[in-house]
Amino acid sequence: MIEIKDLHKSYRMGSNSLHVLKGLNLSIKEGELVAIMGSSGSGKSTFLNILGMLDEADSGQYVLDSVPIKDLNETKAAKYRNKFLGFIFQSFNLINYKTAIENVSLPLYYQKVNRKERQEKALQYLEKVGLKQWADHLPSELSGGQKQRVAIARALAAEPKVLLADELTGALDSKTSYEIMELIQEINDEGKTILVVTHEPDIANMCKRIVHLKDGVIVEDTFVEQVRASEYVQ
Amino acid sequence: MRFIFDRDTWQEIFGSIRKNKVRTIITIIGVLWGIFVYIALSGATKGLDNGFEREFQGIANNSMFVWTQRTSMPYAGFKIGRAVQLKLSDAEELRNKLPDIQFIAPRNVMGIFGGSPPQVSRGMKTGTYAVFGDYPVIDKISKKKIYEGGRFLNERDMENERRVCVIGERVRNDLFDRDEDPVGSYVKLNNVYFQVVGVYKKSENVDFEGDNSLMLPYTTYRKIFNTGENVGWFAIAAYDEADVIALEKDVKRLLKRRHKVHPEDERAFGSFNLGEAFAKLFGFAKGLNFLSLFVGFATIIAGVIAIGNILLISVKERTRELGVRRALGATPAEVRGQILLESVFLTLVAGILGIILGAFVLAIINVITQGSSGFPYTNPTVPIPYIFSALFIMVVLGTLIGLIPAQRAVSIKPIDALREE
Ligand SMILES: Nc1ncnc2c1ncn2[C@@H]1O[C@H](COP(=O)(O)OP(=O)(O)O)[C@@H](O)[C@H]1O
Ligand SMILES: [Mg+2]
Repeated sequence: MIEIKDLHKSYRMGSNSLHVLKGLNLSIKEGELVAIMGSSGSGKSTFLNILGMLDEADSGQYVLDSVPIKDLNETKAAKYRNKFLGFIFQSFNLINYKTAIENVSLPLYYQKVNRKERQEKALQYLEKVGLKQWADHLPSELSGGQKQRVAIARALAAEPKVLLADELTGALDSKTSYEIMELIQEINDEGKTILVVTHEPDIANMCKRIVHLKDGVIVEDTFVEQVRASEYVQ
Repeated sequence: MRFIFDRDTWQEIFGSIRKNKVRTIITIIGVLWGIFVYIALSGATKGLDNGFEREFQGIANNSMFVWTQRTSMPYAGFKIGRAVQLKLSDAEELRNKLPDIQFIAPRNVMGIFGGSPPQVSRGMKTGTYAVFGDYPVIDKISKKKIYEGGRFLNERDMENERRVCVIGERVRNDLFDRDEDPVGSYVKLNNVYFQVVGVYKKSENVDFEGDNSLMLPYTTYRKIFNTGENVGWFAIAAYDEADVIALEKDVKRLLKRRHKVHPEDERAFGSFNLGEAFAKLFGFAKGLNFLSLFVGFATIIAGVIAIGNILLISVKERTRELGVRRALGATPAEVRGQILLESVFLTLVAGILGIILGAFVLAIINVITQGSSGFPYTNPTVPIPYIFSALFIMVVLGTLIGLIPAQRAVSIKPIDALREE
């Protein structure tokens, strides 16, 4: 599903240059649930943003679902993001003047899905994350966990190939974090490929594979026995 | 194009407008004020314009008067200071030589430019009034409104030197009782009885007659006052397309030659050119019109720029939201289009509200000034093309000004937009 070869990225600040990713190689198959770990500043977000086509690598190859991702202009990148990728952010990034269902249907709007179908699909995904009865509430009326569930529903609504989650439990207490991870695992069980950036070992252990970043390179890449989040959730 | 008519597009726009009510209202007020000033000013100017037109209706606005004074230069053996006398034959000559003249009316008067007004009586009632000796054609140059049942002087009166007269409203009020019909009755002037054939209405225009004059046929006047071929002054109307100022010069040149006056003598003949005076007056109205256009457009532009500014601020505030939208698949064109449409929509709504408000104020002004005849102000309206061109210009300006925030919204990379706090 994802093929990365010799990926480099550096940030230039004035005359200085910060080499953040120094030749990453990674292959992820369909249906995997991968945790990307590393200390703060190790380049996890940078890597995920490149995978999400929100940012560009300096060099290297990136193939997503057999489509080589290169020479993207912003319009093409937007279309790919819409078609291939679902984003889940640490700070949820819901649009605050839109209700839950409006937030969830937004990617479908950009897919030019008609209104009725959008409503149906959005409601269906809200139901999946257990928030059907909260459909007409504004984000400000929801708890942190509920907001993240809406964000997950939104990421799923466009039916992307890959979900990209950056510190998706970073703003949540541990109980809520486990509930969210339980949902992520359920979605993965249905076959969705998911990448989770985290620096928390317990969250990483709920994935099936852990990739360790350090000083801009992958220092460890192991398949692990998945800890089911449901064990922690009453 | 589909984008504009898509209900979802509008939902997105209303969503973001509703989100920022205060911003939206402030924005709208700016443009609304501009278009309001524009509409109110140009409507008021139009009202003034109409007012002037009403004031001078009935006077051919390409007319002039020519009279004589004393010469200021010796010429052809004549001394300086000679009094020149216009003659009836001058009219003939002017008409023949100057094809731009449509009507020429020789006029005489007693009691305005020197000479005391003669006494006119009817039974015990008397009064002193100016008395004019006129050709019927004067009615073509300076229109008189005659009350029902009466008429103006005509050719038959002239030929037969009839002792008839048309009297002013005030003369009637002075000499006749309220319920009396003056037409057909007689008034006495210079021991001669004149039959009243018509009563003219007091005119709101500027004229010599006022409402306290008697108008006799020229021929009758000549006989009564023994003025022979003499003419007091000429009232001349030019054809619409004629150049009245050039005609005025030609008339004087011709008269100078006939009366052996030095060609350079500027004092021998006096003239007043209504066409020129009109041009000045309407020039004033035009100036006002231009001023109102200018002020209105300047205010509109200021308002539109304010919209641009506020949208720019709002785009900055919404950087993160726009980043999210782009992460979810909004293309730069879609983001740009949304902001542009927002700009145009706000501008248009503000414009339409301003037009309605402006029209409302004009209607009020109209009601207030109605009936007051002293102020030259009638029916203040704004021509429909003005309104549409104003709307059109606003759409264009709204688009142009919207381009700035729209461009700003997409110039930032999505990843930077998402990082924004
Ligand atoms: N836009 C940027 N400009 C300059 N430096 C950046 C930028 N984004 C990240 N960095 C730097 O790159 C390094 C990696 O950042 P990041 O990928 O966010 O790490 P992580 O997510 O693992 O904490 C950090 O040292 C950070 O300061
Ligand atoms: Mg990070």
